[in-house]
Amino acid sequence: MTPPATGLTPSVTGARPTGRTPPARSGRKRWRVAPGYLFLFPSAAILLVFVVYPIAQSLWMSLHNWSLFSSSHPFVGLANYRTMWHDPRFWNALRNTAVYTAVVVPGQVGIGLALAVALQRNSLVNKFLRSVFFFPVISALATMGIVWKFLLDPQIGIITHLLVSVGLPDIGFLQSTTWALPAVIAVGIWKSAGFSMVIFLAALQDIPRSVMEAAIVDGAGPWPRFWRVTLPMLRQSALFAVVIATITSMQLFDQVYVMTSGGPLFHTDTLVTYLYQVGFQDFRSGYAAAISWVLFLLILLVSMLQLRLFRFKETD
Amino acid sequence: MSTNPMTSRPPVSIRGRTSYLDGRWRWWRALPAATKWVLLLAGAAITVLPFLWMLGTSFKPESDVFGYPLRLQPTHPTLANYAAIWQDLPFLRLIVNSVVFAGGVTACSVFFDSLAAYALARLRFPGRNLAFYLVLATLMVPFQVTLVPVFQLVFQLHWLNTYQGLIVPRATSAFGIFLLRQFFITVPRELDEAARMDGASEWYIYRRIMLPLAKPALATLAVFYFMNNWNDFLWPLVMTSNTNMRNLPAGLTLFAGQYVVEHGVLMAGAVISLLPLAVAFVLAQRYFVQGIATTGIR
Repeated sequence: MTPPATGLTPSVTGARPTGRTPPARSGRKRWRVAPGYLFLFPSAAILLVFVVYPIAQSLWMSLHNWSLFSSSHPFVGLANYRTMWHDPRFWNALRNTAVYTAVVVPGQVGIGLALAVALQRNSLVNKFLRSVFFFPVISALATMGIVWKFLLDPQIGIITHLLVSVGLPDIGFLQSTTWALPAVIAVGIWKSAGFSMVIFLAALQDIPRSVMEAAIVDGAGPWPRFWRVTLPMLRQSALFAVVIATITSMQLFDQVYVMTSGGPLFHTDTLVTYLYQVGFQDFRSGYAAAISWVLFLLILLVSMLQLRLFRFKETD
Repeated sequence: MSTNPMTSRPPVSIRGRTSYLDGRWRWWRALPAATKWVLLLAGAAITVLPFLWMLGTSFKPESDVFGYPLRLQPTHPTLANYAAIWQDLPFLRLIVNSVVFAGGVTACSVFFDSLAAYALARLRFPGRNLAFYLVLATLMVPFQVTLVPVFQLVFQLHWLNTYQGLIVPRATSAFGIFLLRQFFITVPRELDEAARMDGASEWYIYRRIMLPLAKPALATLAVFYFMNNWNDFLWPLVMTSNTNMRNLPAGLTLFAGQYVVEHGVLMAGAVISLLPLAVAFVLAQRYFVQGIATTGIR
């Protein structure tokens, strides 16, 4: 990790006046050390104040009965975590988040892989279709959530209208306790399949031509080629695609807030929408911090499991 | 792919091989390709549907939205919605906020990240490895963990509903530092060693040698930051309560929830808010894609 030691910065005193002038006083030793800290300073200051310290404070807050507007924050130990353990809304949010993640991740990665394989040749049509499938990635999920809400509306929704016209019942997607979560899931896949596609497209381009040609010469058909050659060579990227998709899925917030606000009857409530309500509407900062730590640990756990699973496969 | 005498009698055992080699056309042989294209086009249709409806509705009079049968395109196209958006909402203000917020975060982050990345990749000083590991560690923590304490901090600084409250906490990121550091360590050392021998200052080497070489990486990172912050929702939602300080997604959402919904007006706003990124995407697609692809390869 450490770059090889090279001839260290020579003294600059008396050098041609490019950029900064050296400090006037006998700062020979300081001058050799200082630039590193100077370059690092802005980022280090911001990271320390707005990331590192808040991480610690978040943990600290989660051990207190902490409310934003009260002056005293009594220490309560693990009481917030115990409250969570007995909080049906937390378990409900966790279940919804888990269901969402369990469907969106395979959906998004699977569709992304299929699209990448189908569109990997660099023809004009393929390039155009790639842009089409990628386009949702650059759109704001909150804004598009509004659009999807209208598309699924019982009165003005084109999709509802289409389904009814082919004889399906009007299920009133976002008002239905059964169909609201599937609708949110569909929007999640719609938004992010193009993201996975791009990861796989990049990886497909890295597969050496010779490997594929060898497989063709050996008489492997398209399916064996896909399963035996392409897929194994995509393992690294697939792992990355799955881990990233999982992390973003578990942080689901935007489209839920916009489309259903967690409803109907909390059926689309997620960990982050619940955290938002507890922390920024009820201002129970301690409890919200505890929820955020559980979210963090869950994400960490699931990512580690996935890394473990893929590595295990690699050895056999 | 013409018939080759060498392979005109392929081994039958391998499936899919015969389909194009024995040269005779059977309708069912076109089936896989046909299925593929039907699925692709259906997928593309679903993908663009929300954008088409958004665009169509932005030109519809309100009666068209409820008109029967429902349609994507307006019967009597009108620009009234694009005129009304400026009155119904502090829309200009939302645009300015989005530009300042996304632009400010992008400019600060790219600058500060590249400074830090240069220090971590090229300079030697005590604590450098510690700093690097700290950056890696914060990379793993989802931002919701810091959201509650950062909100309180911003509140105590009286920075809620201000640009500095929106921008400063995001003015650098571990991800950007890491990405640029990985790029800087691939730059041949001879380049900056030579300059250093000639007595160039570190600032000169950073500014005149490293940054020009890193242009593609910087552009990729800038596009990544701009897109994420332009589209961001949760952060502005938490850090602002005043409509006049919200960015486009948070402001439009407020409008969608608060008033009697005027669909056409809302969609006109959505189209305008999508426009800058759509144009940028058409002009510089590879930077959008690279941000994802390069991180994917590592």
